[in-house]
Amino acid sequence: MNVAVNEKNTTPEMVSQIQKSITQYPAQAYRKEALEAFQKLGLPENKSEEYKNTPITRLLQKNFVFDQPNAAAQKLDVKDFFIPGVEGNVIVVINGVFSEEHSVIVSPSSEITITNLGTAIAGQHPVAIAHLAKYADTAADAFTAWNTATWQSGVFIHVPKGKVVEKPIVIYHIHDTRGGQVITASRNLIVTELNSEVTIVEKFDSVGSGNHFSTLVTEVEVAENAGFNHYTIQNDAGNRYQVVTTNIHQERSSRVNTYTFTLSGKLVRNNLQLSIDGEGIESHMFGLYLVTGDTLADNHTVVDHRKANSFSNELYKGIMDGNSRGVFNGKIYVRPQAQKTNAFQANRNILMSDKATVNTKPQLEIWADDVKCSHGCTTGQLDEEALFYLQTRGIAKETARAMMLYAFAAEILENVKHAELKAYLDQLVSERLHKNF
Amino acid sequence: MSKDNQVLEELTSKEYEHGWTIDIETDSAPKGLNESIIRFISTKKNEPEWLLEWRLSAFRQWTKMKEPKWPNVTYPPIDYQDLIYYSAPKQKAKAKNLEDVDPELIKTFEKLGISLTEQKRLTGIAVDAVIDSVSVATTYKETLAELGIIFCSFSEAVQEHPELVKKYMGSVVPVNDNYFAALNSAVFTDGSFCYIPKGVRCPMELSTYFRINAANTGQFERTLIVADEGAYVSYLEGCTAPMRDENQLHAAVVEIYAMKDAQVKYSTVQNWYPGDKNGKGGIYNFVTKRGLCFGDSSKISWTQVETGSAITWKYPSCILKGDNSMGEFYSVAVTNNYQQADTGTKMIHIGKNTKSRIVSKGISAGHSQNSYRGQVHIMKRAENARNFSQCDSLLMGDKCGAHTFPYIDVENNTARIEHEATTSKIGEDQIFYCLQRGIDEESAVALIVNGYAKEVLNQLPMEFAVEAQKLLALTLEGSVG
Repeated sequence: MNVAVNEKNTTPEMVSQIQKSITQYPAQAYRKEALEAFQKLGLPENKSEEYKNTPITRLLQKNFVFDQPNAAAQKLDVKDFFIPGVEGNVIVVINGVFSEEHSVIVSPSSEITITNLGTAIAGQHPVAIAHLAKYADTAADAFTAWNTATWQSGVFIHVPKGKVVEKPIVIYHIHDTRGGQVITASRNLIVTELNSEVTIVEKFDSVGSGNHFSTLVTEVEVAENAGFNHYTIQNDAGNRYQVVTTNIHQERSSRVNTYTFTLSGKLVRNNLQLSIDGEGIESHMFGLYLVTGDTLADNHTVVDHRKANSFSNELYKGIMDGNSRGVFNGKIYVRPQAQKTNAFQANRNILMSDKATVNTKPQLEIWADDVKCSHGCTTGQLDEEALFYLQTRGIAKETARAMMLYAFAAEILENVKHAELKAYLDQLVSERLHKNF
Repeated sequence: MSKDNQVLEELTSKEYEHGWTIDIETDSAPKGLNESIIRFISTKKNEPEWLLEWRLSAFRQWTKMKEPKWPNVTYPPIDYQDLIYYSAPKQKAKAKNLEDVDPELIKTFEKLGISLTEQKRLTGIAVDAVIDSVSVATTYKETLAELGIIFCSFSEAVQEHPELVKKYMGSVVPVNDNYFAALNSAVFTDGSFCYIPKGVRCPMELSTYFRINAANTGQFERTLIVADEGAYVSYLEGCTAPMRDENQLHAAVVEIYAMKDAQVKYSTVQNWYPGDKNGKGGIYNFVTKRGLCFGDSSKISWTQVETGSAITWKYPSCILKGDNSMGEFYSVAVTNNYQQADTGTKMIHIGKNTKSRIVSKGISAGHSQNSYRGQVHIMKRAENARNFSQCDSLLMGDKCGAHTFPYIDVENNTARIEHEATTSKIGEDQIFYCLQRGIDEESAVALIVNGYAKEVLNQLPMEFAVEAQKLLALTLEGSVG
């Protein structure tokens, strides 16, 4: 296949790399379409609206060589990254590849199917074929297009009708950069059937000091009356640049809770998109970003109310220290037919240092009249008086400060339903607030 | 269809009351835009060489610029060569006093409810009346001159106070600021100029009244207000246009320059022809308005009631450069039928202890689209900046849209920013309560809408507030779906 390269932001190396990976899967037409979409879009330009405060193209071009193969993963002890106390199905994805060796599935196969998405597609799994590339829009975002064109491996989860999966599925995305730069594109597909329920936890880590970039696209179909809980923990101390896109399609009376914790990384861009495509839906989105150093944490969320009588609620909070930058963009769309929608959104930020920055853009687009929608957004600092009060009670200033920051973050943490996970996150956040800030 | 909808239908189909035209002989330039047209305008206005150069450089920059596509509005492409850039009511010579002004013109303004004959006036507002492209009369000039206040048409200012014009024109809105500002800089024909000297509190409201009359013309006026140290002025702006089937372009620039301790209050009641109920015709209102709080403790306050125009694209902004300076923005934007509005503000905090306040109330009915777009930017040096923003939208009917695009960029950790926005329809319980107290539906909605917009209307000078309230009632009273 011949690829014309004319977009100034799409380097020839990048396209040739993508082309190479496509030729491995000649049968899949959607990849070709995605490549065409990618070429049309190019990487985001400097001032493009969706990447206005996140100079991702510049950072990628500066830090990565695109026609170079990934360094081979070396032997590593994946247990180091496991979340203590959280028992369940463990899936390990190393350098973007589903690792059968390290993954442990404990739930019975009658309850759930968990497999490598690549294998599922190659084996013509009917559910996987039916849902793949149906929810993530390649025409809207260059990274989604890139991922759709080139993904190699990932996780496929199918929960049959009426099954409530007790144990969470924990996916560890590990990059081994000891041998040099790593670029990966991995893909998850999660399909739940009527009345089922499942909890997914994704954690991102790395070893080594090389630069690494990952795109992850997760497509989720939440069927009628099904429940889906999704936790994302981004605490990679290495040089990780990542774009995580999650597209959740919700049917009638389904329930979705998403939790996004961003604590570390070079550049984190999360695109979370909920399509409210039925009545009686309830969705909650929680996000906490505690960043310092030169981390850039960018959360873009979209809630698209397509049908009437649904409810969505969004709460994102951030604490920025050092040179870090926090970006938040929350869109709420209410389509003409989505009457009686209730949609709420709040974004609260604290800036701790004089070099930290926050850019926030809560956005409402409403075409239906019988709705209740609101958004609120604040940026400020700790209340001096409260801080002073604690000091008068004999609490050291640093402790008082950490206590207050913890109280700020706790509003998100207290919504975490899984007890062991909550304990882990709680510890992670409070340690962080006592030490690093 | 419910009774509410019928009421809505009736009211929204109300005709535009300023839709008439007058027959005045005009002197206009041929259609099209090029350097010779600009020279023609400049010669017509007997302008100094530097101003012609300024226009030409603006034109050259404009030709390199692209029309912005980001506003949340849609319209067919504008053919800039198909417009008349200069049109002036034929007058033998610039009128020295009102007796010399063409009686037809005076009648025009009387029809609009704006009397140009000073002795008849009770309200004591100085008016600069601009028809099509030129200022036809300015009242109360002498009274103001006694205090050292300069209030005149822009062309007069160019002739009589070139040093002031040269110094401040383009200092707040640079020539290449945006596409329409550049276009305006190249072809602007007239407008108002106002200078308030040091320590003077302007004793009366100053006002400009704009009227587009001729067909196929664009109106490009420029207003420049300079408030010297400790000065105060309250400025009003009103506008109407005849009903025509084709769209007309209005691309104005307003610049406000406030020095130390100065205060400027700028109020607009915008009632350009909005097009008929099928969205045919109407004015494209693409305006750049910006105030610079240059000195410490200065204050600029924008109040706008936007009811007209087929498309509104305007963001009255404040650059808070001086320490302790303050910016305010109060807006009510009403859209009906097929009107589109993309309006809001920018508050750029540069100085220390700067404060800004944004209150925006949008009301959309019919098939209209109403967007609030605003930016609050706290720069690194702006210690202890404070902002409060509130933008509410009211929806009437299920075919309209309300959108909010607030951008909040904070680079200083001592800033305190609050932003909140809500979207909802008129409370049925509130209407029910009024009905129950014997208030009919129509009055109940008027009551609720006026209450909703009160916070903004209260900011208007009294005479204007009454007009604005009537205008709101006219467009929307009872229109709940």
